[in-house]
Amino acid sequence: MTEQTKPMMEHSEGSPGYGTFVAVWAALVVLTGLLVFVSHFGQKAAVWGLLTITPLKAGFVFYFFMHLKYEGPLVKGVVFVALGTLLIFFALTYADVAFR
Amino acid sequence: MSAPSATASTSEPSFLVDQGPRHGLLAWLTTTDHKRIGLMYLAAMVTFFFTGATIGIFMRLVQLSSLSHMMTAQTYNALFTVHGVIMIFLFVIPGLPAVFGNFFLPLQIGARDVAFPRLNLASWYFFMAGAVLAVTSLFTGGGPPDTGWSFYAPFSIKTGTNVTLAVFAAFVLGFSSMLTGVNFITTIHRMRAPGMKWFRMPLFCWSLYATAWVQILATPVLAITLVLVILERLFGIGIFDPAKGGDPLLYQHLFWIYSHPAVYIMILPAMGAITEIIPTFARRTIFGYKAIAFSSMAIAGVGSLVWGHHMFTSGMSLTGDMIFSLLTMIVAVPSAIKVFNWTATLYKGSIDFQPPLLYALTFIFLFCIGGLTGVMQGALAVNQHVHDTYFIVGHFHYVMFGGTGIAFFAAFLYWFPKMFGKMYSRAWAYAAWFPIFIGFNMLYFTMLVLGLEGMPRRYYHHLPQFDTGHVVATVGSWILVSGLLILFGNFAYALFKGKKAGSNPWGGPTLEWTTASPPPKENFATIPTVTGPPYVFPVEPRP
Repeated sequence: MTEQTKPMMEHSEGSPGYGTFVAVWAALVVLTGLLVFVSHFGQKAAVWGLLTITPLKAGFVFYFFMHLKYEGPLVKGVVFVALGTLLIFFALTYADVAFR
Repeated sequence: MSAPSATASTSEPSFLVDQGPRHGLLAWLTTTDHKRIGLMYLAAMVTFFFTGATIGIFMRLVQLSSLSHMMTAQTYNALFTVHGVIMIFLFVIPGLPAVFGNFFLPLQIGARDVAFPRLNLASWYFFMAGAVLAVTSLFTGGGPPDTGWSFYAPFSIKTGTNVTLAVFAAFVLGFSSMLTGVNFITTIHRMRAPGMKWFRMPLFCWSLYATAWVQILATPVLAITLVLVILERLFGIGIFDPAKGGDPLLYQHLFWIYSHPAVYIMILPAMGAITEIIPTFARRTIFGYKAIAFSSMAIAGVGSLVWGHHMFTSGMSLTGDMIFSLLTMIVAVPSAIKVFNWTATLYKGSIDFQPPLLYALTFIFLFCIGGLTGVMQGALAVNQHVHDTYFIVGHFHYVMFGGTGIAFFAAFLYWFPKMFGKMYSRAWAYAAWFPIFIGFNMLYFTMLVLGLEGMPRRYYHHLPQFDTGHVVATVGSWILVSGLLILFGNFAYALFKGKKAGSNPWGGPTLEWTTASPPPKENFATIPTVTGPPYVFPVEPRP
């Protein structure tokens, strides 16, 4: 069977429910507070906070609010290719910035 | 796909005939037919190409000593900026994917249209809106931008010219590119005909697939960067301004994270078109199908990691210099694989020396010069010497014009009978080649020499020792343009007076040659079933 003949909606439908949404929202608020808190310990801490906490927050948004959790492997693969590319861009840019 | 046979009823009207409720211009402007959208891109891009070429001619005239005061230095700065913006953002980057990709991707995979036809039309409107904004930027605000097409900070955030609108135009054009990329990836994943497995796809489709990934992964970086430039200019946020703790090198990183892969957006579909032409006229199956398919993906992948080679003299760290130099050398490997496979396909083939093949071979010759001069610059020591000289200008014109531009002409010569159902004069196509080839090399090879001698790029005036080189290059530009006029005059004449072309005048082996010329609205009477690999010969021409 070619992909043209497959059903277009191959992922399983699912809804996280309001409870999950509220819990994720609360987690995002807590993480934002943590980021602000960490930034009070100097620029280095702020940068590391940004590099670790912000991707975690984005991950929550992707996974629950943007329904990545309920998508098939193809869409998940596309997202991970994009994130992997971003990480490589970061790493190569740091090859300059970190050694100037 | 062996021995393709016609699947379209000859009684069906072609896509060029209005079949919906709307007629005339309105029918074209509201169409969602991928073929019509491809032709709308074509019309726009040919216009932009000749506009950019005209500006280029004026830039060359300034370099003749007797005409060096025909415009002010500021006007010259504006001209090279506008020439770059038009040629790169409005012709070379979208050129092959938007025109031939739109037209032939669904045909080659046996589909009726792209996955998102309305989004496809929206892409064209984004493209045209970006073009209008770019042109508007010339006549509004502080006048034409004078930064060069790269909009380098901190100059781009300080200059009083209309950089904000020009940058916004590039931002809008980026959306067109991204949406086209999304459309092509989805189309290839979802719309292939029964039996069209991944390794049965024509290699032009593979090249479009690789290109589309670069379009959707790299273009957003440029979009955000351009927004940051606008915010810098409007609110002085300081991200690129060293006076406020910002980093101008960060701009260069972000700009080239997109703009180097953009070179591969330009060249990959060109390579794909050449890969279609060579087996057809060598009457041989392509040598190393999988190697070519994977090399397209490798070029897209590795090519996205080499942007730092534009910054070797910028003050980047030595570690960064070395890493990017190494990666630059590596990206030459998959490009060389393609060149090897093309020549191996020609070896012992039954060569039918038609105009598309002549231009395809020209592509290989010129692209090799462009590619090898690129590898030279990947070496750190050489780069220090030739950076920001005419050597760079010569190099990238060999890649972009000698590569993508000539491949565009080759693809147009190859697919013209399919697109319009008319055949151009082959004699005039050959005749146009001579001035194009001679003029091209007089113009750009001379630039390579001038650059090695130390002539800096983007200079309004030059020292007397460079006079001869500039005269040779300028005369070359006239010869080149005369060839282009013959080539496109031939196309224009054929559109109205050309002889009728059959469904497969070249004996092409892929699915687009199985349908009528020009194709009917929905491409195929019945969706074809693919039973074998592409590029199986012999295929009898149907002139």
